[in-house]
Amino acid sequence: MPQEDKIVIKDFNFYYQSFQALHHINLNIRSREIFAIFGPARSGKSTFLKSLNRLTDLIFGTEHTGTILLDGVDVYDPKMDLTHLRRRVGMVFDLPTPLPMSIFNNVAYGPKLSGLTQQTRLAETVEKALRSAVLWDEVKDRLHTSALRLSGGQQQRLCIARVLALEPEVLLLDDPCSGLDPVSTASIEETLRGLGKQYTILLVPHNIQQASRVADRASFFLNGELIEEGPVYQIFARPRDKRTEDYITGRFG
Amino acid sequence: MSYPTRYITQGLAKVLIWVSALSTIGVMVLILLQVLVRGLPALHLQFFAGLPRNMGREGGILPTIVGTFALTAVAILFATPLGVGTAVFLREYTRESRISQLIRFGTDCLAGVPSIIFGLFGFVFFVIYLDMGWSILSGGLTLAAMILPTIISTAEEAIKGIPPSYREVSYSLGGTKWQTVVHTILPSALPGIFTGVILGVGRSIGETAAIILTAGSSLMMPTSLFSPIRTMSVHFYILAREGISMNMAYATGAALILLVLFVNTVANWLLNRYIRHQR
Repeated sequence: MPQEDKIVIKDFNFYYQSFQALHHINLNIRSREIFAIFGPARSGKSTFLKSLNRLTDLIFGTEHTGTILLDGVDVYDPKMDLTHLRRRVGMVFDLPTPLPMSIFNNVAYGPKLSGLTQQTRLAETVEKALRSAVLWDEVKDRLHTSALRLSGGQQQRLCIARVLALEPEVLLLDDPCSGLDPVSTASIEETLRGLGKQYTILLVPHNIQQASRVADRASFFLNGELIEEGPVYQIFARPRDKRTEDYITGRFG
Repeated sequence: MSYPTRYITQGLAKVLIWVSALSTIGVMVLILLQVLVRGLPALHLQFFAGLPRNMGREGGILPTIVGTFALTAVAILFATPLGVGTAVFLREYTRESRISQLIRFGTDCLAGVPSIIFGLFGFVFFVIYLDMGWSILSGGLTLAAMILPTIISTAEEAIKGIPPSYREVSYSLGGTKWQTVVHTILPSALPGIFTGVILGVGRSIGETAAIILTAGSSLMMPTSLFSPIRTMSVHFYILAREGISMNMAYATGAALILLVLFVNTVANWLLNRYIRHQR
């Protein structure tokens, strides 16, 4: 089935002051696919994800060239409404980052800021998001206790729910299973597979195995360059590039 | 050879550290004991609730209690928003630059100014130039300027201590800068900000010189923000300095100590409740 492209990245370069973090990235992300981005540490994966919803704007002294199109619109257009962009392109970070407030208020944070104040609607949104993140049954009786008391895996699913509450179109997941035990990891992967049917997901996987379990397509980043991309079965079974093969077979990284 | 030397040094250090800790407590206990032993016997309900008679030789200190609270409240109400606003500006709205360095330099200077200079400034500017007279407002504004540096620096420290991830999360959920400040930064920084405010309260309650110059030393019950007042500290000072009544001076001192303890206890209780609610 042919899918339209959700995100089109054309010749994208990214700089932190004088350090070039991304080199000539060209990539198309399709609608409703789970796209994995793997590679060793400091290869530009997080920078790449954050440049998609312009969270990189928070860092001083960054520059870029090239374009990133979301549904055909340049996200770096000066007229782009950043809050709107970030609601459409949600992000989950590598470490669970619950805000120091109740579970309910964590999930309601985004919708509230975007102007949803009606309590019943808010409650519905929170429940729906927590159900999608497969956390509802575990927390439904203690929505008003602090989110900081949840376990690591629960906190991370809370962060996913928090993003889902905004009904985004794209999810950026930056190694969401880092620091989680295998059981929590399994439950998050389960969640992701469910979400892949509705959302376009870019995932920095915790390891190669996770990418092959969850993703449709994958790409290999090295030193800020996109080495190769392709369907997961192909890229892991028959990588075209020697460097990809070396990385996958554990020769470095 | 070095074994016994090290042993002696260790023992000596222990003694020195114990001595410094104990003498700190000792000084505090001595001061408290002196004031409380001489002041407590005179403390009864009429002393707190009554009006002073005969220059304060007899009667109570109610107007000075009201004056102390009013003055402190004005100072805090003006200094807190200004101070927290400045701190938010320094940490969230500007990065290290000429402007932020200038503001920090300014607050450091302000913190180093002796209180009598603040009093002189308040007298010339608020009392005379703005024609507010010796009043709660003049005194409160002067105090606000005095406690501003403390509130700014504690609030700035508190905001600095907030994990950067909180900001990132708030922005990533579509928050604007202002929403991030209001919904995430300030609630997380509140305990720290509160500490600064309590320090400010302590300084307001204890100040005398600047207050005599700006709020006067009237023993009448204040009726508005433009009434002159006498705070408890000033009352203590005048009673003792002018030899009016040492007994009443000590009683006022004891009442002041109890008041400060009370305020700190309530503040701590509120703070702990807030923190427990957050965790």
